[in-house]
Amino acid sequence: MTPKRALAVGAALLTTLGLTSCSGAGGSATAHSINVLMVNNPQMADLQKLTAENFTKSTGITVNFTVLPENDVRSKITQDFSAQSAQYDVATISNYETPIFAKNGWLAPLTPRADADPAFDQNDVLPAIRTSLTVDGQMYAEPFYGESSFLMYRKDVFAAKQLAMPDRPTWQQVAALAAQTDGAEPGMKGICLRGQPGWGELTAPLTTVVNTMGGTWFDQDWHAQLTSPAFKQATSFYVGLVRDHGEAGAPQAGFTECLTNMEQGKTAMWYDATSAAGALESSGSPVAGKIGYVPAPVERTTGSGWLFTWAWGLQKASHHQDDAWKFISWASGKGYEQLVGSQLGWSRVPAGKRTSTYATPQYLASASAFAEPTLKALQSADPANPGVQPRPAPGIQFVGIPEFEDLGTQVSQQISSAIAGRITVDQALSAGQALAEKTAAAHAKQ
Amino acid sequence: MTGTRVRRTDTLLGLAAWLVGLLFLLPFAWMVLTSLHSEADAATNPPSVAAPLTLQGYREFFGAGTGVSPWPPLVNSLTASVLSTLLVLGLATPAAYALSVRPVRRWTDTLFFFLSTKMLPAVAGLLPLYLIAQNTGLLDNIWLLVILYTSMNLPIAVWMMRSFLAEVPQEILEAAAIDGAGLPTVLLRVLAPVAAPGLAATALISFIFSWNELLFARVLTGVVAGTAPVFLTGFVTSQGLFLAKVCAAAVCVSLPVLVAGFAAQDKLVQGLSLGAVK
Repeated sequence: MTPKRALAVGAALLTTLGLTSCSGAGGSATAHSINVLMVNNPQMADLQKLTAENFTKSTGITVNFTVLPENDVRSKITQDFSAQSAQYDVATISNYETPIFAKNGWLAPLTPRADADPAFDQNDVLPAIRTSLTVDGQMYAEPFYGESSFLMYRKDVFAAKQLAMPDRPTWQQVAALAAQTDGAEPGMKGICLRGQPGWGELTAPLTTVVNTMGGTWFDQDWHAQLTSPAFKQATSFYVGLVRDHGEAGAPQAGFTECLTNMEQGKTAMWYDATSAAGALESSGSPVAGKIGYVPAPVERTTGSGWLFTWAWGLQKASHHQDDAWKFISWASGKGYEQLVGSQLGWSRVPAGKRTSTYATPQYLASASAFAEPTLKALQSADPANPGVQPRPAPGIQFVGIPEFEDLGTQVSQQISSAIAGRITVDQALSAGQALAEKTAAAHAKQ
Repeated sequence: MTGTRVRRTDTLLGLAAWLVGLLFLLPFAWMVLTSLHSEADAATNPPSVAAPLTLQGYREFFGAGTGVSPWPPLVNSLTASVLSTLLVLGLATPAAYALSVRPVRRWTDTLFFFLSTKMLPAVAGLLPLYLIAQNTGLLDNIWLLVILYTSMNLPIAVWMMRSFLAEVPQEILEAAAIDGAGLPTVLLRVLAPVAAPGLAATALISFIFSWNELLFARVLTGVVAGTAPVFLTGFVTSQGLFLAKVCAAAVCVSLPVLVAGFAAQDKLVQGLSLGAVK
C-alpha cells in the first residue's frame, strides 16, 4: 500500500470513529432529561415544536422524543413497557391500552401526583375520559387529547340539493341522504367511511354501527356474536353503503384518505373522529365554514359515538418519574392549551379532554362550528354500556381485551375484502366468527 | 443482409434495455416528483403531475415543522453501515481466501454452513436479541447494530468474495510465491488489486443492506441510536397528510446509497461480471 493510499484509508477510519463518538453509543436518558415515545399525529408534532422553547426553558428538563406511526409505536411501547426496560419514561397510550397495561403492573399510578398538584386540576378532565383511564380508583394515564365520533356533512351541498340533515340522524336516513347527494358535484360521492383494514381503522366506525344496530362482538358469557343477525345486518348495511355511495378506493381508505376526500370536495358526508374537525376548519382548508356537524347516527341506541384518547403513561420502571410527571402535567395541563392557542392557533389546540377548554372564549370563537357537538359527543359516550346488551369487557369501538388488537385487525381484513367485492359479507363474518370463538373460548375458561 | 439483421437486433435490444432502465427509474422519478409537491397535491387521486412545485417536504425533513434534526439518525446509519462494511470486508476476505485460493478441508461444507446462517428468518431472532441487548446494556447502542450488521452480511460477503477470488489465476500467486512474497504481501499486493472490483461490489452490497435495514434498528434502538430508516418511518401518520414529506425523506435517505453506487459504478460492473465466464 502506498503512503498516499495508507493516509487516505487512515483518514477514512478516523472519520468513521469520529462519527461513532458523536452517534448513538448510549442508552437511557441522563439526569434531567426524559425519553418520550409517541405516535406521529399532528398534535404531537406541535408538541415537539413547543417543548424546547417552553417546557425545557422553564424546567431545565430535556425531552428526547421518538416519533413513530401508530402501529409501530404500539408495538414498541408494548415491547418496552412489558419488559420494563425503562428505555422510555413516558409514552402515548390510548384508553384501550391503559387498563390492560395498568393491570399488568407496567404503569405508575398518576392519581397521587395529580392530587398533589392543584394547578393541574384533575377534576377538569372530562368524566368519560377520566373513567376510561382509571383502574381501581387510580388514574394511570393523563389525556393529551380526546375524541368521539360524529357525522360531518357539506352544508352548501345539502342546501343546493334542498336537503335537510336531521338533528339526530339515523343510519337509514344517512343512507338515503348518501344516495341523494351522490354525484351532487362532479366526482363527489355520498359518504366516506373507512374501509382500510385495521382495528383502529375500519373496525372503529363499523363497531359503532354494530352497537347501535343491536349487535356485539361477544355476549356477556363470552360467546362470539359475529354471525348473529344484528351483527350481520349492521355489517351488510355498512358494506352496502360504502359500495353503493362511498368513496373510490374504499378498501384502502382510512382517516387520512377520507380527510383528503372531504377537503377536496369528493364526498358530501363523512362519519369519523371529532378531531378531524380541527383540520377541516383550519385557515388553509378549502371547506372551512361549509361543514355541519351532527351526532353519530343511531338506530336502536340513543347515542353511538366512540370514545378515544391519546394519553401519557408513565412507565413504572422509569428512573425519572418526577421529571416525567412535570412533562405530563405540562403537556396535559390547561397552560399548554393556552400556549398552543396563542402561538399556533386555537384550531390546533389538543382539545377533547378538559371541560375548561369548552369555556375558553378564544377556543369557542375558533371552533364554534364543532366545539359544542364535540363536547356533547364526548359527554354522551359510555364505554361500559355502548349497545343494547351487557358486555363482558368495556369499550365502544373496541373490546377492552389484549387480543382485540389482533382479532379486530384480522376481522377487518375480511370485511375490507367484502367491501372490495372479493368475498361476501357472510363469508367475511363466518371467518371472523371462527377467529372470535377462539378468543372467546380463552376468556370463558378464565 | 446478415449485417443489417444484426444491426436491427442490436437496435431492438438497445431499445429494450432503455425501456427496462426507464421502468426501473420510474418509481424513483415518481418519488422525486411527489417530494416536490405540496401535501394536498401529493394526495390527489388521480395524481396531479403538473401541480406547482415546492420544497416544503424537504424543509419538513430538515425539521421546519418540528425542529427535529435528521442529522443524528443519518450519522448513526453512516456509522453502522461503514463500520460493519469494513468489518465484513476484513473478515470475509481471509475467509474467502481459505475457501478458494488455498481451500481448507471440507470447504464446501464450510461454505454451506455460512449460508445456512441466513436461513433462519430474521424475525425469529428478534426477541432473543432484544433480551440479550437488554441484559447487556446494549439496547439503543449503535455498536449493537455494527455487530448485528456485520454478522448478517458476512455470509453473503464470504460467498461473493469466494467466487471473485476463485477467478484469480493461480499462476500469479505462484509467481509471487517464487519471488519470495509472504501471505500478507500476496494478499495486499497481488490479490487485492486483482480482486478490487469484487471487493467494491461486496462492500457496496454490504453497505446497502446495512443502510436499508429497518427491522432490527426499529426494535433495538430508540432515542440515541435510531437510524435513518427508522427516522423516515416517523413521518407516516394515520391522522393527516404525509406523502410529500415521506417522499422527500426517502429521496434524502437514498442519496448516500446512490452516491456510493455511482462512485463505484465501474468497479461494480467489473465485479459483478467476475465469475460470469468460466
